[in-house]
Amino acid sequence: MSLLRIEDLHVEVDGKPILVGIDLAVEAGEVHAVMGPNGSGKSTLANVLAGRPGYDVVRGSMTVDGEDVRTLSPEERSLHGLFLAFQYPIEIPGVSNMEFLKAAVDAHALGRGEEPPTAVDFVKRARVAATRLQFDPDFLKRGVNDGFSGGEKKRNEILQMLILEPRLAVLDETDSGLDIDALQVVADGINAFRANSNAVVLVTHYQRLLNYVVPDHVHVLADGRIVHSGDRGLALELEERGYGWLGG
Amino acid sequence: MPERTSELADLVGQEHAATGREYAAGFVTEIEADTLPPGLDESIVRAISTKKEEPPWMTEWRLDAYRRWLSMPPPRWAHVQFPDIDFQAISYFSAPKGDAPKSLDEVDPELLRTYEKLGIPLHERARLAGVEAADEEAPQVAVDAVFDSVSVATTFKERLAEAGVVFCSMSEAIREHPDLVRRYLGSVVPKPDNFYSALNSAVFSDGSFVYVPKGTRCPMELSTYFRINAENTGQFERTLIIADEGAYVSYLEGCTAPMRDDNQLHAAVVELVALEDAEIKYSTVQNWYPGDEQGNGGIYNFVTKRGACLGDRSKISWTQVETGSAITWKYPSVVLRGADSVGEFYSVALTRNFQQADTGTKMTHIGPRTKSTIVSKGISAGSSQNSYRGRVRMNPGARGARNHTQCDSLLIGDACGAHTFPYIESKLPSSVIEHEATTSKVSDEQLFLCQQRGIDPEKAVAMIVNGFCRDVFRTLPMEFAVEAAKLLEVSLEGAVG
Ligand SMILES: Nc1ncnc2c1ncn2[C@@H]1O[C@H](COP(=O)(O)OP(=O)(O)OP(=O)(O)O)[C@@H](O)[C@H]1O
Ligand SMILES: [Mg+2]
Repeated sequence: MSLLRIEDLHVEVDGKPILVGIDLAVEAGEVHAVMGPNGSGKSTLANVLAGRPGYDVVRGSMTVDGEDVRTLSPEERSLHGLFLAFQYPIEIPGVSNMEFLKAAVDAHALGRGEEPPTAVDFVKRARVAATRLQFDPDFLKRGVNDGFSGGEKKRNEILQMLILEPRLAVLDETDSGLDIDALQVVADGINAFRANSNAVVLVTHYQRLLNYVVPDHVHVLADGRIVHSGDRGLALELEERGYGWLGG
Repeated sequence: MPERTSELADLVGQEHAATGREYAAGFVTEIEADTLPPGLDESIVRAISTKKEEPPWMTEWRLDAYRRWLSMPPPRWAHVQFPDIDFQAISYFSAPKGDAPKSLDEVDPELLRTYEKLGIPLHERARLAGVEAADEEAPQVAVDAVFDSVSVATTFKERLAEAGVVFCSMSEAIREHPDLVRRYLGSVVPKPDNFYSALNSAVFSDGSFVYVPKGTRCPMELSTYFRINAENTGQFERTLIIADEGAYVSYLEGCTAPMRDDNQLHAAVVELVALEDAEIKYSTVQNWYPGDEQGNGGIYNFVTKRGACLGDRSKISWTQVETGSAITWKYPSVVLRGADSVGEFYSVALTRNFQQADTGTKMTHIGPRTKSTIVSKGISAGSSQNSYRGRVRMNPGARGARNHTQCDSLLIGDACGAHTFPYIESKLPSSVIEHEATTSKVSDEQLFLCQQRGIDPEKAVAMIVNGFCRDVFRTLPMEFAVEAAKLLEVSLEGAVG
């Protein structure tokens, strides 16, 4: 059974068709890169997987570990192991990163029928993850993404992923807007996360990230469908030739 | 024990959050009551005074207030709407039957159970609601419990007496400490200050009295717990707290009422007096029944609270967490008379469904270098209306006085309203007045982010609201801050969707 299986997925936003027949299977242990021109539907795919309101599935199915996620609320999908790193992470002033992470971790523990970690254990864990992503300790006390630079916001998404340890991580352009060092930090984070028990879908415009996080498969999305799939060589080719040669 | 980091403290606050539903305090206690018939005239005022075995001066004081009240119109300037109140339809006195208990052992077990159920155990070993006995060093809290019109129990009186602190019901104070009462009652909130203070002065039934003597730091938190039980009965309590020179006291009041379809009137007066170098910290967690989802029933909370910083370097600090009542009309204020005296007002007001709140403060600077701080956090959900109304006045003598006001509104949904009415009155070039205001909304994107991380929307809203209120919760005693956060969370249930 595939970890993620999407079949004939059609999605509309405000009655406008955006995805028009997506098929995708991701196995445990794999990393898939999804590339494609602006406006082709990459974020739509990520958002519809996560259950964002406003994205209507008009046809097709999507299952995670065999379970149809369409009927699950966004928080149930999260508890089911689905993680989305947002293309544009949003701010929650007044709620500290620490509180936010603890609330998320508690929800996940309760979802598994476990006791939430004690505050002390949790704080230790959060500090380790923060250090790994090269945040200074004060970061945990600051509001969620509040006043963060673009790059810091992206690193914060990876930190949340490392703490929540999802089954499937969909990372929507987490590499965009990162300086060279930050890109390395993010890539290290993703590689540390990679395991046989999980899978990663990387939405990206740049082949550079794929030098660090080597994908098993590369897909090109155009006009709401996957028009081409290949191995990591495809990403190199796209870098050289652009999308034009693939046709619509 | 691990070090107590501030993150840990924040997290602990989150961990205690409860998941009760609806208005948990909405039950009725079946107890025989001695209730005066509805209506108000001089004979009723006299009857209340007689029931309380008051001295003639007190009866006269009440009658004077009643006569003034007769010629006063109810205030209409607040941003709230409700039908005219029929003051002849209300009963002005209701008390559990029988003689007043002389000690805790004599209190009706049914009453003790009521307070137990509300989380306010009146036996003296217990601590206040929801506070886990994790830390044996945790401060104890003395409680005065007011049930409808009378005080039914005051705990820890002896221990307080050892320190010279007087903590008793107002009725007892009138009998036992007439000099203090005569001197200060009505000195901060004069009888004709406003319509409801005049009414309260005429018919007030009970409340708490505190006197902390010179140089004394009150050895424990004091608190009064107000409970409206009887139907068609107004509650008019009267609280007077006096901190003598160099004294310190921290006081907390809590309030609940049964769920009823009719509106009930609560018109309290609270007066605080701080002499030289004294400090009074007054915290309120107001959770009167707010009415149902359609806006039926609920308490009209029309309250006058004012403190006088009479002495130099004295300080009065109000913190309020207002989640209940159908209508709240309340402006805890400070008159800063002493040089270098300090007034503070920290407020969280949450309204949902059809609740209306018009609340804020008045800071009146009279003495030189007086300083005031106002932090107001209004949260509106549902179809509710939430107004901040504040007045900062710098009198000619207030050279070098300062005020800082921070006034923030948070909206949940599209049908609610937030309003800010700041009034600044100053002709003094040497005074500094700063006013900052913000309005924000809990956005769908924020909620989705939380959900994507596994946090359900109600929990997410509670977390965001809690963060929004942190500056105010910080000013509450630790155990009450936890309570307040919990109360907000329960009050917010069903506010999203
Ligand atoms: N709420 C919406 N209303 C109308 N159109 C929308 C909405 N959301 C997305 N779209 C449209 O759907 C299409 C796909 O958008 P999407 O964000 O998925 O693209 P993308 O592949 O992620 O692009 P980028 O590389 O720029 O991030 C775009 O044409 C976009 O304008
Ligand atoms: Mg996108």
